[in-house]
Amino acid sequence: MLGKTAGGLFWMFRYLERSKNIARLVDAGFRIALTQSDSENSEWTSILATTGALETYESVHKDFEGMTVIDFLLRDSNNPSSVISVMRSARNNARLSRTALTRDVWEAVNESWMMISDRLKNPITYKDLPDVLGLIRRQSAQVQGTLHGTMLRNDIFNFARLGTFVERADNTARILDVKYYILLPSVQDVGSPLDNQQWEMILRSVSAEQSYRWHHRDEITAKGIAHFMIWDPCLPQSLAFSVSELVSILGNLDSGYDKVSPSSNIASKFLQDLNSKTVDTIFESGLHEFISKFLERNNELAASIERDFRFTA
Amino acid sequence: MCNPPQRPELSLFILQFLKKLVHYDGVDGPLKFYDEMFAGEDVPHEAYAAYHGWYASQDPKALRKKMREAEAVFRRTGITFNVYGKKDAEERLIPFDIVPRIIAADEWAVLTKGIEQRVKAINAFLHDIYHDQEIIKAGIIPAHLVANNEAFLQEMIGIKPPGGVYTHIVGVDLVRTGRDEFFVLEDNARTPSGVSYMLENRETMLQMFPELFAANKVQRVSNYPQNLRRSLSSCAPQQCSAKPTIAVLTPGVHNSAYFEHAFLADQMGAELVEGHDLKIEKGRVCMRTTRGYEPIDVLYRRVDDEYLDPLNFNPQSMLGVPGIFDIYRAGGITIANAPGAGIADDKAIYSYMPDIVKFYTGEAALLKNVETWRCSDADSLAYTLDHLDELVVKEVHGSGGYGMLIGPAASKKELADFRAKLIADPSKYISQPTLALSTTPVFAKSGLTPRHVDLRPYVLVGCDGVRIAPGGLTRVAMEKGSLVVNSSQGGGTKDTWVLEA
Repeated sequence: MLGKTAGGLFWMFRYLERSKNIARLVDAGFRIALTQSDSENSEWTSILATTGALETYESVHKDFEGMTVIDFLLRDSNNPSSVISVMRSARNNARLSRTALTRDVWEAVNESWMMISDRLKNPITYKDLPDVLGLIRRQSAQVQGTLHGTMLRNDIFNFARLGTFVERADNTARILDVKYYILLPSVQDVGSPLDNQQWEMILRSVSAEQSYRWHHRDEITAKGIAHFMIWDPCLPQSLAFSVSELVSILGNLDSGYDKVSPSSNIASKFLQDLNSKTVDTIFESGLHEFISKFLERNNELAASIERDFRFTA
Repeated sequence: MCNPPQRPELSLFILQFLKKLVHYDGVDGPLKFYDEMFAGEDVPHEAYAAYHGWYASQDPKALRKKMREAEAVFRRTGITFNVYGKKDAEERLIPFDIVPRIIAADEWAVLTKGIEQRVKAINAFLHDIYHDQEIIKAGIIPAHLVANNEAFLQEMIGIKPPGGVYTHIVGVDLVRTGRDEFFVLEDNARTPSGVSYMLENRETMLQMFPELFAANKVQRVSNYPQNLRRSLSSCAPQQCSAKPTIAVLTPGVHNSAYFEHAFLADQMGAELVEGHDLKIEKGRVCMRTTRGYEPIDVLYRRVDDEYLDPLNFNPQSMLGVPGIFDIYRAGGITIANAPGAGIADDKAIYSYMPDIVKFYTGEAALLKNVETWRCSDADSLAYTLDHLDELVVKEVHGSGGYGMLIGPAASKKELADFRAKLIADPSKYISQPTLALSTTPVFAKSGLTPRHVDLRPYVLVGCDGVRIAPGGLTRVAMEKGSLVVNSSQGGGTKDTWVLEA
């Protein structure tokens, strides 16, 4: 397959994953805003920081009024990480790799774009918000569903999956990073119960609040959440899950291509290092430092994938 | 002395009551133009008999709903074309009409003979014009018309394309003026587009009106992509392995026909490449794959000659592959259609087509040409200027319906402006009589209403023979009375049926 096509698939699925994550973040922020009006501002600031759009936002807007932020995160084409921008990029990449997609996948992503862009044409009211966010998440699931249901399990599928998990690892790590001060206000707070509202915010941002309850009942501690989101092998949003998926997908590509790619080695080492750490060591040396390093390595892996499989000339 | 019973007339009389009349909007009295569906008031041609019966039984409201559904189908499948210079409407749909254009088997048989003869002559002509130029030596075509022609590619002289085929894909634009009166309006020997609409129009009709295909035996067109693949493969370079690698070269996502490029690549299992995906390696044209560079055997290019190779042609081109023409010359790749094939569909050469067919096939041309006055010729120019308000005037090198004058529809000012352009540079133009193009009903709010149509059958020329897709693309002028069917000018399309014999 063409390198350009592989790149198109990789990015298409990165963007689709991103759109879903932005919708989740907005959902989480919206819930906090509904129940806790005085902390609203700092919530939106941290959400903007998570999507990497805080600076852009501050250059245009003065305050952090909820609807202004939501509008910026969903509808603003000048914000490269708004849902509308990200969906547009997803579709453009799908167009670029049209020959590698089944008709079902193509129609799912094209229809997603049509429905979402149509829904985001006019400003969103609070009343519409749950509906709109639901649509965005459902459409992302729809594309993933047709991908799993109709695509051959060959390199095309693998490149799409690589994009999904590189992006997911990135997103979960960012959420943890922005919230590290909640998880770890000070060393002596480790182990003490967390504010209900805050932990729910974190888990809700990755749609893992139910899963956490199933696993941990009501023991909500900083360690518990950090462990869950970093290492839980059953949680598809956890860092370790994403990285081990990357290792196995790259392994599939290796066996198809009859050689071990440098990316494959990088990913294995990445996973190994991740698994050699514990909550205690991370909290000792600093969660923020850990996450920064993680994001850096994730980016290195993505760049290596682009190189190894010749996404660009 | 008893009179024969009056029953036949009586039953006909009753039938008129039983059957709903199909109203043909805007047509009162005899039809002004040859109509593809109606022979007279509510009397269909035989090929349309079953369709006519079906239509009469339909509820117009339900049909209107179907029409909206069709649009949704096209949007979802992404069958759009890009419009240059329109930012907000970057991707647009070509209007689709739900009334099929139906061609009887015997009508089609006559057409295919003529088309096959014509494309064979075109290929013989191209070979000759780039080799011995017998047709010029024989005094049939003036030398200057070729030598000074922009579409004539000096670099092709002496080159024999793999398999000797120059035009692998041809679109022959036909218009009809009567039951047996077909004319070739122009030949498209470069990169004829629109075939994806032929395929998707059929797909859409099958989805919306499956019952129609049970009542009518329609020849299928869905195997066109496989035939394209077969036809191109048959022309692969000799050194090529058993299963040739085929790629479609597109100018990119922003090209107006990108959807079609992706569609065809997808349907025939070829790669869709852009210039920057390709480079020359070890005497082959190679594409950048996830495993490294791999050679291509056949390149179906949807990029104009000029942009194909910045080293050999336009040095500014970002769309092509530096050095590809050198590989082509050495027989390392098949390019479809061959560079320089445009000389065969040039509008100035067009007027010689009957002679060209005669010269290479020894037979009279089966398909008629439209009478053409070359304005480079003083008498023709004088005639054209005298009859400007009756004629259609076209640019010799123009396409897509841009820069043409339709005399009968033009205002006084438009006529005066065009007259000035003509006098300033007469050799740039040809003129033709305004033909009474046939009409086909389209489904409008008020019901069926006639619109002018043309027909573009798609012809594949391989080293293993000529294949013609049954039907082709019917383009329809969506505005009342308009003769311009080009999609760039707001024209629409219809599904085109050729019935089984």
